[in-house]
Amino acid sequence: MTILLDVHGYTKHFTVHHLGRNIPTFSEVSFTLREGEFLLVRGQNGAGKSTLLRCLYRTYLPTSGAALYHSHLGSVDLARAADVDIALLRRHEIGFVTQFLRPRPRVSALEWVAEPLLTDGMAYNQAREFAEAMLSDFGIKRDLWGAYPSTFSGGEQQRVNVARALILPRRLLLLDEPTASLDASARAALTRRLTALKAQGVTLIGIFHYPDEIRSLVDSEIDLQSEALPDVAD
Amino acid sequence: MAISSPPFAPIDNPFDPPRLSDTTPLLRADGLVKRYGRIAAVDDVSLDVYAGEVVGIVGESGSGKSSVLRLLNLEELPNAGTYTLDLPDYTGVNLFALDRFARREVTARQIGIVYQNPHLGLRMRYTSSGNVAERLLVTGERAYATLRQAARESLSASEFPLNRMDDPPRVLSGGMQQRVQLAKAIALRPRILLLDEPTTGLDVSVQAAVLDTLKRLQRELRLAMVLVSHDLGVIRTLADRVLVMRGGRVIERGLTDQVLDDPQHAYTQQLVHAKL
Repeated sequence: MTILLDVHGYTKHFTVHHLGRNIPTFSEVSFTLREGEFLLVRGQNGAGKSTLLRCLYRTYLPTSGAALYHSHLGSVDLARAADVDIALLRRHEIGFVTQFLRPRPRVSALEWVAEPLLTDGMAYNQAREFAEAMLSDFGIKRDLWGAYPSTFSGGEQQRVNVARALILPRRLLLLDEPTASLDASARAALTRRLTALKAQGVTLIGIFHYPDEIRSLVDSEIDLQSEALPDVAD
Repeated sequence: MAISSPPFAPIDNPFDPPRLSDTTPLLRADGLVKRYGRIAAVDDVSLDVYAGEVVGIVGESGSGKSSVLRLLNLEELPNAGTYTLDLPDYTGVNLFALDRFARREVTARQIGIVYQNPHLGLRMRYTSSGNVAERLLVTGERAYATLRQAARESLSASEFPLNRMDDPPRVLSGGMQQRVQLAKAIALRPRILLLDEPTTGLDVSVQAAVLDTLKRLQRELRLAMVLVSHDLGVIRTLADRVLVMRGGRVIERGLTDQVLDDPQHAYTQQLVHAKL
């Protein structure tokens, strides 16, 4: 299988100006992922697991290192690629599943889940059908589809969040504890979905609260404790 | 380790030039300078906006963000800088170098604007439909039925209640006034939409509804939008990329989530953390 992502020496420090301090997180992380592989990121709280995913998505800027990503359009270093290139990859190839829903007010669950398809250019009726299928897959009751997710329970919000994040076909999915507030049935639905995606050749990097449930999908693991410097340098 | 950056020195992230996005930007402004007396309100500002993209400009009052918008709307001419649109009749043309009539033609057809203050964008005593239809008069359209139909379509696209289309803006709520401005701005289906604090001062629920309309229009019309706001929530909701301005200069730029969640400049860190 072809290599999709080659990460070398990835390091992140936060510079907090008003404290005059550097806060290190992970350091010198390297790994290679082929298409369809699943990398499990492990480590204690504060080891920098989420920070690593965000540095790959470029929500955070890595301090040093390179992440060579082989897109359909050409190869770029995710650490240094132009903003417009990263924005393009986010629209078409790289997805991020967070543990929090951040809905816009006055947008229904159905519209929220369908929106990535509409942005991608799909016609409204078709996008609506896909979104309905996703919502029922993740066990959101039909009478909630037209309601605002901000009024939902935590578990329902997370189902909506995951449904939206997984609705577009992606080549690389970054999963930041997507199961954190899901009950067993929703976790099972997510595992089924991830299994299907992996079979389609989607590459996955994930942090999981309950790694046993996705253990059979995991091809490799990275443990950030052994990678990161535990002491806070000044 | 002492870490501090000079307050006005820009952060220059060493990013690669675009490699995957092969299209040229729809809007390109380069080296804009605007002085008022000895004050440089805009001091060497450059920005690119691609079709279908929203670029936000944030900064405190007096940072120069609204001055940049006035230059992009050709309301004023800069002391230095170029401004090009990648459109059939304008490829390679510096819009600042055009004569007054040609500039007006560009702004009428290709650039729509929504101001925070509806008095700047609307005639408050005309009918709302008349305000929108006025935009078409520039194109030479005079047939009443056509003008009215165009006004109806634009008002409907901006989710304005059509049973009130003949009310003058002065009797409308703030949210509805903004929808009339928006309808007027998109009446000629421009490629560029400029927004100057479009939802500031509106109730939170009205603000959410107007933002949702903007998001939908931007997607459906593939507009290139430049959004000026001091409200970081509005910027996060709408903008793909953001520029941070201070003292007339762009001190930081990047993807919106990166600038708001991992700001590099000391000033941007203060700005982001000052949010309630």
